[in-house]
Amino acid sequence: MSVLRRLTPMFSYDLLLNAVMAGLLLGGFYAAVTAGVAISFGILDIVNIAHPAFIILGSYIAYATNAWLGLDPIATGIVALPAFYGLGAVLYQAYHLAFERRGQDALRGLAFFFGILFITEVALILAFGVDYRYVEAGYVASSWHVGVIGLPLRMLVPCAMSLAMLAALWLFLSRTFIGRAIMAVGQDQLALALVAADPIRIRRIAFAISIATASLAGAFLIIIQPVEPSIGRDYIGRVFAICVLGGLGSLPGTVIAAMLLGIAESLTATFYGPSWAPAVSFGLLLLTLALRPAGLLGR
Amino acid sequence: MPGWAFVAVSCAVAAMVFAAVHLAGNDYVFVAGYTVLQFVVLATAWNILGGYTGYVNFGTAAFFALGAYASVFFHKFYPLPVPVLCAIGAAVSGVVGLGMGYLTLRLRGAFFSIATLALAVVLQTLVVNWNYVGGARGAYVIRPADTALFHVPYIQYLFLIMLALAVGAVATARMIERSKLGYGFAAIRDDELAAEASGVPTLQLKLVATTLSGAMMGMAGAPFPYYNGYLQPSSAFALEYAVNAIAMPMIGGTTSWVGPLAGAVLLGTLQQVVTVTFSAALNLLIVGALLVGFVIVAPNGLIGLWQRLGPVLVGFTQTKPSSPGLTGRSSNHEPGDTVLPGQAGQ
Amino acid sequence: MDTHLLEVESLSKRFGGFVALDDIALAVAAGERVGLIGPNGSGKSTLVNCLCGALANDGGTVRFAGRDLAGLGAHARTRIGMARTFQLPRPFASMTVLDNVRVPLLYAAGAQRRPALRDAEIAARCEEFLTLVGLAAAAPRYPRDLTQVEMRKLELARALAAQPRLLFADEPMAGLSHAEVDDIVALLIALNARGITVILIEHIMRAVMRFSERLVVLVSGRKIADGRPEDVVRDRAVEEAYLGR
Repeated sequence: MSVLRRLTPMFSYDLLLNAVMAGLLLGGFYAAVTAGVAISFGILDIVNIAHPAFIILGSYIAYATNAWLGLDPIATGIVALPAFYGLGAVLYQAYHLAFERRGQDALRGLAFFFGILFITEVALILAFGVDYRYVEAGYVASSWHVGVIGLPLRMLVPCAMSLAMLAALWLFLSRTFIGRAIMAVGQDQLALALVAADPIRIRRIAFAISIATASLAGAFLIIIQPVEPSIGRDYIGRVFAICVLGGLGSLPGTVIAAMLLGIAESLTATFYGPSWAPAVSFGLLLLTLALRPAGLLGR
Repeated sequence: MPGWAFVAVSCAVAAMVFAAVHLAGNDYVFVAGYTVLQFVVLATAWNILGGYTGYVNFGTAAFFALGAYASVFFHKFYPLPVPVLCAIGAAVSGVVGLGMGYLTLRLRGAFFSIATLALAVVLQTLVVNWNYVGGARGAYVIRPADTALFHVPYIQYLFLIMLALAVGAVATARMIERSKLGYGFAAIRDDELAAEASGVPTLQLKLVATTLSGAMMGMAGAPFPYYNGYLQPSSAFALEYAVNAIAMPMIGGTTSWVGPLAGAVLLGTLQQVVTVTFSAALNLLIVGALLVGFVIVAPNGLIGLWQRLGPVLVGFTQTKPSSPGLTGRSSNHEPGDTVLPGQAGQ
Repeated sequence: MDTHLLEVESLSKRFGGFVALDDIALAVAAGERVGLIGPNGSGKSTLVNCLCGALANDGGTVRFAGRDLAGLGAHARTRIGMARTFQLPRPFASMTVLDNVRVPLLYAAGAQRRPALRDAEIAARCEEFLTLVGLAAAAPRYPRDLTQVEMRKLELARALAAQPRLLFADEPMAGLSHAEVDDIVALLIALNARGITVILIEHIMRAVMRFSERLVVLVSGRKIADGRPEDVVRDRAVEEAYLGR
């Protein structure tokens, strides 16, 4: 049967090296995708499963400006940051008033975000249709070569920018007052309130930042691959797998876990075919939940 | 009213429904009716785990599709009668529900929910890569023109089966609600730690809930390939199953068997109308918007609204005063209290 | 050597690097009224959680009625006769007061045999427990409508409905008024008179001294005193722990 043949793939070191490299680049990007959820779920304990939908939204905005105005997607991503920040603030306010204040059970919060995910996806379908969309940018087609390893720019640039974004986030969280307040609000809200910082405002800022990251992550996504509205669903599993594996709320952990997942997926795709890639993240998630729920660097 | 009486009354109602639809004379009514009844089963199944026990399952499509693909699998060997396929679909999905529950239910509810969503994606990946059942292209299922038994047109036969499944599902949900099991589920939903301290074997009960819920969803999926004549991963695993399975109980009310039934009938019918009049995409947008709207504004669904507005409950929706069933669950806090997140419940 | 109802040997519990319980030994005979006191953070609640199965202990053994409890989950321990109340009341919010009591009655005391026939009987027994704690009138109400002291009584009623041989009362009087404290103490003494061994964890010394036949003191995860209340309060080490030197 073809399944057996697939289990014994053709092996070559060139292929392996390139797969690992591609995995690392992919992992860098995955880290950017997950950064937002590392904040909203890891620190704020809000299960925002709609996050991938916002990323796709970011992708489509980048596509639109690229198709109609010829703008570079990353530039769009940066310009759109304030808008996404505002969206995140509004969303948090709604979530807070409707659920956190009322002390509602987790069920309804989850259903709320699921509804948001769904509405966003359908709205995108209505606006753009179900065809794949992609961007035209100078570097999308070319590659650098280091020896036998190929580094496609469409992967390298997003990866580098992702890591830059994560570094900036990490500096913000560890060096600034608000950043540290955000870390604190994840651990002990009452104590934070006693130090005269309004926990609700801090949470709102944190959540808004988490949605803002989606703007950039979306721009990165559409550089790496063509998008269509439903691919957000593939990312839910990836994002939470990385979050859990990396240890909730730990940015360095997120990066490491993202790289690991990226490599795992890349190897699977190279040797067994790309259609198996979605299964990898779930397998990793289950494994982590079963063996080490606190993650690699978790608290 | 005792269980057997409820089943008898339901069967009578079901018979009347069938007769009415038959009189309409239009095949389309059977087609649409089948879909609505399918949602009754899915919504009721979801609610056993979601509304009664408090664990949100996003992967309804996975369990539903497993039942459908089990049918396709067996169809290739030897076409079995649909009721048998329903039993097989229930068994397959039940076992998967049990397995997944065993892996994830020891952890927080949020992890369980995420795992269910990921499960749907993984199962879809597996099916897409499995050529025996058609892979991404899908599989054709030739259905007989009519049934050998009564020479009823096949769509009516499927309608009858789904009607029977709906009656079974609702009766089961009602029976659970009033039983020791129902109290256990409600205790888990309200406060799992206190439930454990009260002697409730929470893990066991949660596994019962996932298995039962999954089995019912698989049972609903089994006739699907025959209904369509064709089965494709993108339609079997469609996200709209997940959304509807959540929206219908949420809108109807999650604390009793009436909620999913009402939600499914109302929302299901609305969807048929909108899809035919406008478009499928608009229909989905409306469902999503209704879900979000109800979750925010009327967290206890239509039942909750009814209880707040109309103190007189008539007929067999009224249970004994101390049943955990129809108690609309509303907030413990006065509006204006600021509850720091993380203090409330789980 | 007569067997005690509860035997704890070398119990220890760590959270990461922090030692919450260090080599705790305790033996409680059937019918005793034991008070457990200690400064905040001394490990009293952790001890209760470990004994009741809400937390897994890292070392040591716990025996109840001669039976080793290792590996037994919280619900199983309740079923064999160890009940507890929670420091912050945790009622089942969507159920009436009566149904709150019904859950442990169904599950811990194993009352369910033939459902429909015994339903009225079950309701009657729930009412009995509610009457015992003085909540009979509140039976059809919901937990959100109860006062603080009523919620505490509900906690006790729920623990009772499990028909325990041993009851852990975890700070049942915190935040209550003078009269309400006396109310609860009287209730606990009455329960003890019915044959239930009670371990009371509390800060309110007045209540603890009135209630306890025996006093155990926990400081920083270690037991530093165990004996008659009047002896323990005069113990040097206990004075130092509370007043500092």
